[in-house]
Amino acid sequence: MIEKTVAELSAALAAGEISSVELTQAYLDRIKQYNQSLNAYITVCEEEAIAQARAADEARAKGENSPLLGIPLAQKDIFCTEGVTTTCGSRMLENFISPYDATVVERLNKAGAVMLGKTNMDEFAMGSSNETSYFGPVRNPWDVKRVPGGSSGGSASAVAADLCAIATGTDTGGSIRQPAAFCGITGFKPSYGRVSRWGMIAFASSLDQAGPIAKSAEDAALMMNVIAGLDEKDSTSIDRPVEDYAASLNDSLDGLRIGIPKQHFAEGLNAEVEQSIRDALAEYEKLGATITEIDLPNNHLSVSAYYVVAPAEASANLSRYDGVRYGYRCDNPADLEDMYKRTRSEGFGDEVKRRIMVGTYALSAGFYDAYYRKAQQIRRLIKQDFNEAFKQVDVIIGPTSPHTAFELGAKTDPVTMYLEDIYTIAVNLAGLPGISIPAAPAGGLPTGLHIVGNDFAEAKVLNVAHQLQRNTDWHKQKPAGLGQEA
Amino acid sequence: MALDKSEVEKIAHLARLHISDAEADEVTNRITDILALIDQMQSVNTEGVEPLAHPLDVVQRLRPDVVTEENQREVLQNLAPATEDGLFLVPRVIE
Repeated sequence: MIEKTVAELSAALAAGEISSVELTQAYLDRIKQYNQSLNAYITVCEEEAIAQARAADEARAKGENSPLLGIPLAQKDIFCTEGVTTTCGSRMLENFISPYDATVVERLNKAGAVMLGKTNMDEFAMGSSNETSYFGPVRNPWDVKRVPGGSSGGSASAVAADLCAIATGTDTGGSIRQPAAFCGITGFKPSYGRVSRWGMIAFASSLDQAGPIAKSAEDAALMMNVIAGLDEKDSTSIDRPVEDYAASLNDSLDGLRIGIPKQHFAEGLNAEVEQSIRDALAEYEKLGATITEIDLPNNHLSVSAYYVVAPAEASANLSRYDGVRYGYRCDNPADLEDMYKRTRSEGFGDEVKRRIMVGTYALSAGFYDAYYRKAQQIRRLIKQDFNEAFKQVDVIIGPTSPHTAFELGAKTDPVTMYLEDIYTIAVNLAGLPGISIPAAPAGGLPTGLHIVGNDFAEAKVLNVAHQLQRNTDWHKQKPAGLGQEA
Repeated sequence: MALDKSEVEKIAHLARLHISDAEADEVTNRITDILALIDQMQSVNTEGVEPLAHPLDVVQRLRPDVVTEENQREVLQNLAPATEDGLFLVPRVIE
């Protein structure tokens, strides 16, 4: 049962084939069995989960029914959860217990979902391998010597290994899509502003966006139906009607215009991964889509511009961790400055400190025009490239990552790690919706197909993803060796 | 552009971070590498291009200037490393 999708589990719960308490217990048992080797969860909420499951069963007995009622899920540990530790993968927040729920958490709770626990992540979501977590790296269930990707690596590993039915993630430069690709699952980043950021610990405020990490595009649509929409508490949340994302999943793709960026099929792309992407494109042609090569001439500048914008915003956001109001404080500070400096140096890991320093430098007196302003100008050029492309095509498709999951410790140089997100980062800079879904495995490891839509084309992206999943079984492949149970 | 150690120390101070002597060379090299990556931006002429601050070019919603937060001082101060009489405690700043 635990390997099933949310849509299937929801039907089983509605038919009375299983109770939410039984289902929740099955996931908790599986977590006990595998979390030690995968390190996907930082916190497991056994008692709270069973209590939520019991409440869901009672609600169902009273006649309530909704797609997420009684569904056991995992929250990335970047979302504040009242009464449960929220660490953001950092020593700084090791013992932080939020006094409130993030809007995403509140909405999922209200929909009757069961929170199994909080998933591991790169520290403050800064990383592409989950190796920067203070709580140790997460392992990829397809091969525990390999990384799950990052920063939402715990959520991706947990979904792939059936340690939950579905999970939340956040994506600033690829942090939902790249781990979804590495773990062989579906990860969806909505348009900027579509899902509330309130209570989601800030990394780069003009880029951060929450979304589902799931076993299918259909499941992603079901979660989007709950978490999307205006939130008065987030001033960047967009006031625009929310579609029923499940309603258009089965729309025909006949006549769909797919653009493939020539920059995403160039040097650096692994040949086997490319073949998997081309095989998926051939499936789309069978479904009536046409494929055109498109040009994103400024794509190669996206990583450079991102590593100004994101660190600059991070350096401002992370200035709040000063050892005064919450979080870690160093022992025996000599004076106020010593307290600030030692608190921050002891509380943050190396990658977070590097990014704070790069951002501080970019924003410091005399450098603003050369760095932050320049990066924002390039951001405009990147957005214009997409605007031009979407005059000719409905969606843009390519690989999510240039290769499959790499081994732990393989990339120690930060710049090499930054180039991991070469295909995903431009989408954040432009604020567009993008999904990664499994294409055919390469060398026994999952690959990711990246589908990008125009502003607020969430429904179209999910429709295009779902149609591939209806006609292929790549998303149903499971890691061998973990043991599949009923 | 390459940074020297004294510049890195200055940035660390601005960011209220402490970099030990043992780490200084490593940190300087890493940040210099990152700035080299960033400097690829300089190859493009962006004269006259309007900076993009928000991906959708929208401005933030405004709301009426009324108090919406409740006073939660006790709840919030419970999270603090040190408090006294409803105040956050820090090391002595005035002799």
